[in-house]
Amino acid sequence: MFQRILAIVAATFLFAACETASEVGGDSASTSSASSASSASSSASAAKTEADKLAEVGNTVYFDFDSSELSENAQMTLNRQAAFLNVNPTLVIVVEGHADERGTREYNLALGDRRATAVRDYLLAKGLNSARVRTVSYGKERPAVEGSTEAAWEKNRRAATVLN
Amino acid sequence: MVAKIFRPILCRCVAVVAVLAIALGLAPIGQAEAQLRIEITEGQVAPTPIAIAEFTGPDGNVTAVGRQLTQIISDDLESSGLFRPVDSAAFIDPPKAPSVKPNFANWSPLGVKGLLVGSAYIDDAGMLQVEFVLWDVVIQRNITAGGGNADQSGLRRLAHQIADFVYEEFTGDSGYFDTQIVYVAESGTQSRRLKRLAIMDQDGHNHRYLTSGLDLVLTPRFSPTANEIAYLNYFNDEPNVYLFEVATGRTERLGSFPGMTFAPRFGPDGDKLIMSLAQDGMTDIYEMDMRTQSINQLTKSASIDTSPSYAPDGNRIVFNSDRGGSQQLYVMDADGSNVRRISYGVGRYATPVWSPRGDIIAFTKMANGQFYIGVMNVDGSGERLLADGFLVEGPTWAPNGRVLMYFKQEPFEADGSGGATHVYRIDITGFNERRIVTPSDASDPAWSPLLR
Repeated sequence: MFQRILAIVAATFLFAACETASEVGGDSASTSSASSASSASSSASAAKTEADKLAEVGNTVYFDFDSSELSENAQMTLNRQAAFLNVNPTLVIVVEGHADERGTREYNLALGDRRATAVRDYLLAKGLNSARVRTVSYGKERPAVEGSTEAAWEKNRRAATVLN
Repeated sequence: MVAKIFRPILCRCVAVVAVLAIALGLAPIGQAEAQLRIEITEGQVAPTPIAIAEFTGPDGNVTAVGRQLTQIISDDLESSGLFRPVDSAAFIDPPKAPSVKPNFANWSPLGVKGLLVGSAYIDDAGMLQVEFVLWDVVIQRNITAGGGNADQSGLRRLAHQIADFVYEEFTGDSGYFDTQIVYVAESGTQSRRLKRLAIMDQDGHNHRYLTSGLDLVLTPRFSPTANEIAYLNYFNDEPNVYLFEVATGRTERLGSFPGMTFAPRFGPDGDKLIMSLAQDGMTDIYEMDMRTQSINQLTKSASIDTSPSYAPDGNRIVFNSDRGGSQQLYVMDADGSNVRRISYGVGRYATPVWSPRGDIIAFTKMANGQFYIGVMNVDGSGERLLADGFLVEGPTWAPNGRVLMYFKQEPFEADGSGGATHVYRIDITGFNERRIVTPSDASDPAWSPLLR
């Protein structure tokens, strides 16, 4: 009659609530004591120095709403980035494209890609080897400034150059 | 840990009805049902009063499992906004078994249109045995009947399936209670958001997490069998479309392409999937053959072409593009030809999703600093806005095309707190908006097809 049974095997997934381990903070430098300067810690502190220098040069450019056009300000920042990268030929970068929260998720992923590509293409035109740069879009997923205000959104429509 | 689950299958059984009909001297099923039909499309309707008697055991007494079943059925029907289950305290002499013809004189005065009677008990083998009959109190006939059995873990699904039978008899549409929702569970502050895939029944029960949260995940979508979920996964900080197999938890990256793949949606047969590929600042739409994982480019422009969604017959695709200068909705044939814009209202339009009925398209709209969820006809006419807020986004259809689910996010505070994000559902009439309760914040819901 109507007793039809279908057996299926279903696995039960129990993930322990995973909090990510400690975010990268400033703790790596503090562990390197003066006595034992291992190669690992020295290279880590060197990378940090390069990142600091990049930050001084300007590692972030900002965009108008729904735009990937590089403003004059952005171009000046990228000129300094290009000069810095050209005198540090071992550095490899990732350009991260971001959007503010005032758009839909998927469109903003594409917009972030467009912004990262605009920065990459500008740097390539300034002589950067394409093998040294990768792009990634985070859409509206990784705001730099918290809050749902126009001031925050301005700071979140950005492309950030980070060392790989 | 692997648990073996018997999948409950509930059958509307002609044999049972025939037996009952003979025993009770009633006409067989299928002759009279029309006069109770609820028409959903014409604005708000008064919920239909219905009596749901607690299911009984072989001795005629209400059983514990019967009480659970009837509560779930009652909650399902009530949640649709189309039914009003009447308080059982008002019942006089409910039938002791589904085979017993009710005394309609006891039910008509309650104003109910339907009476659901059933049995539910655990048999000697430990199986849950269920039978039910739905009576039309007005014409005094049984209009549907059925039964089934399941492992006791299948109780909720059996109840949802019975609720779907009742919904179907009264509305003429297929139900949507025996379905699941996959979504993105969110926690943490705005800039350090932890996002995990999670799955639950449409009523929020049987909730479980599918991913750990180590990798950022977005936009899950069910395959037509509900056995697989396509989603965006930032594994190694490289965003790509992945496939998650629900039964095993196995994940697989879909193809390997230079650039980011995202915005996946299955075709109606599950043999194809459409998605976006972003490469060199250009985002186009591609179709993937799921057997060979080969891809075929459907749009080719310098614009952003994303959020594609198939028509239910698979012959057309609606998508989002800024090729005209701002985000608008476009429809093309499934081979990428014959592209035409369909949205012409004020503002920007995004995330189009074709209704399973084929007649309308749901979307997100941005205008006047607000976000809206709306629907329009396939040619872009007849736009109606159903919900609005600081941020509402990402509509997904119930399998019968009568209900939409989406998420709503409140503004964040300057310290990254706030930003409450929840999943809601609403009738396409714009009525009966309800929040789906989840253990944490929730976004990117996707409604499964009816489970089989």
